[in-house]
Amino acid sequence: MDLKDLYRDVIVDHNKQPRNFGKLVPADAHADGHNPLCGDRLTVYLSMAGDKVDTVKFDGHGCAISVASASLMTEAVRGKSVAAVGDLFHEVHNTLTHHDAPIDTERLGKLAALTGVRDFPARVKCASLCWHTLNAALDMYARHQAAAPTVSTE
Amino acid sequence: MNAVRKDSKLDVEAIRRDFPILTQSINGKPLVYLDNAASSQRRVVVIEAISRYYEHDHANVHRGVHALSQRATDMFEGSRETVRRFINAHSLKEVIFTRGTTESINLVAQSFARPRLQPGDEILISHLEHHANIVPWQLVCEQTGAKLKVIPIDMIGNVNFEAFEQLIGPRTKLLALAHVSNALGTVVPVAKFIAVAKRLGVPVLLDGAQAVPHSVVDVQALDCDFYCFSAHKMCGPTGIGVLYGREALLQAMPPWQGGGEMILSVTFEKTTYNDLPAKFEAGTPHIAGAIGLAAAIDYLTAIGMDRIAAYEHELLSYATASLAKLEGTRVIGTAAHKAAVMSFELQGIHPHDVGTILDVEGVAIRTGHHCAMPVMDFYCIPATARASFAFYNTREEVDRLMAAIRRAQEMFR
Repeated sequence: MDLKDLYRDVIVDHNKQPRNFGKLVPADAHADGHNPLCGDRLTVYLSMAGDKVDTVKFDGHGCAISVASASLMTEAVRGKSVAAVGDLFHEVHNTLTHHDAPIDTERLGKLAALTGVRDFPARVKCASLCWHTLNAALDMYARHQAAAPTVSTE
Repeated sequence: MNAVRKDSKLDVEAIRRDFPILTQSINGKPLVYLDNAASSQRRVVVIEAISRYYEHDHANVHRGVHALSQRATDMFEGSRETVRRFINAHSLKEVIFTRGTTESINLVAQSFARPRLQPGDEILISHLEHHANIVPWQLVCEQTGAKLKVIPIDMIGNVNFEAFEQLIGPRTKLLALAHVSNALGTVVPVAKFIAVAKRLGVPVLLDGAQAVPHSVVDVQALDCDFYCFSAHKMCGPTGIGVLYGREALLQAMPPWQGGGEMILSVTFEKTTYNDLPAKFEAGTPHIAGAIGLAAAIDYLTAIGMDRIAAYEHELLSYATASLAKLEGTRVIGTAAHKAAVMSFELQGIHPHDVGTILDVEGVAIRTGHHCAMPVMDFYCIPATARASFAFYNTREEVDRLMAAIRRAQEMFR
């Protein structure tokens, strides 16, 4: 096991200077994620433009893997449709949890930096916490839409 | 704790040869096991005592007239006597075998506290307790309408004695304190807390899970009413522990669990309970566990608890001084009297990352909240890294820990 494979430069950089870090006001939805085992806590804020993700921000605290993963995620999902975010999550999750899964660097883009995590099974949850939290926020948004469709004043 | 600091010269190399698990490599590096506060390792004699029992002597205890049952019973009860002597309990009736510290505390909560508590009564604990000495009391408070009161701690990790004197009062029905903090290592000066409680007639339970492996514990000298500990933190097996209880209190308490072993006679109309200690040991006990625990006690006693305490104290001092030489480090919990526990933070590096990097370097430590979330909240931190030492650890291993910490710091520079 090589630590440099886990803590790649991209991860260290995004941990030190997380992108899209902070509250998003106003947000269309937000959700809290908590990993009670290690105490990681983060909140993911979401604003939508039609059926596409406009902006995702996050705040909270966690280990380098969870902070970098959240930071990379906020960049990766911007402008994507809900379905495309779902596909990307599936791809990330599959790559992290299956040791032999091929790494599709084209689809993953910068997220490929996280794939070192799969040699450290205890840390997979750190990398996936933000994605589960984003999913919860997207679900919440969908429920709100179903219950009270946005009224346009135009 | 009354450890006498005399000759601490242990032949650690010889001791280490008796612990087969320590002679392995992790990620190609010799294992440095510094997670002893979570669970210690076992000497080969403990493992052999358990195997020998299963290979030659096993049958159910207290039941058969045949030779094996008699032998198993003698070994099981002999183990109880070993425990009694180890903690200097007055009588064998005061030594109850449980699954561990957690079960011991739950037993007292449900069988001793619950029937006595009225709405508005209070149970007093401290801010540095392990969850095992918090949640059982919260449960019994919910069941009875009693209130849980918490003695504050200060920044170095001492329980505030003055605040305790203010908090204990006529409504206090039990004081439940850690003898040694698992998260910070603080040795709580329980004697002075117990003295106040006794003056006010308040019964005292001590959570000794972290104290018994590292010091001489004499329950009569402590004058506590209940004392709880686990075998697996003192080189014994998992799944067994001890509740010491003052005989008069245990006599007055109703059984906690019902079943075989804890009865004298059963009809559908009425059951007569067995005498102590069987009254609190429903079902077939962990016979092999008790035998393994006795083997561990014999081993620790042969080395000498005072020598173990002195040696571990030297290791802790060395580790604390070594860490202080590294920039960007901070020890959490700096009480004057500590067991060999060093909780620490590295500036800008989350404990979870520290744990992973150290593991790759072959160094096993605990990272997280250590089942003491209120302690983490007190210091406004989500978690710490914790190195905890045993008498089989060495200065070279402390050096390996420091080298691994430097590696983590380089990684995140």
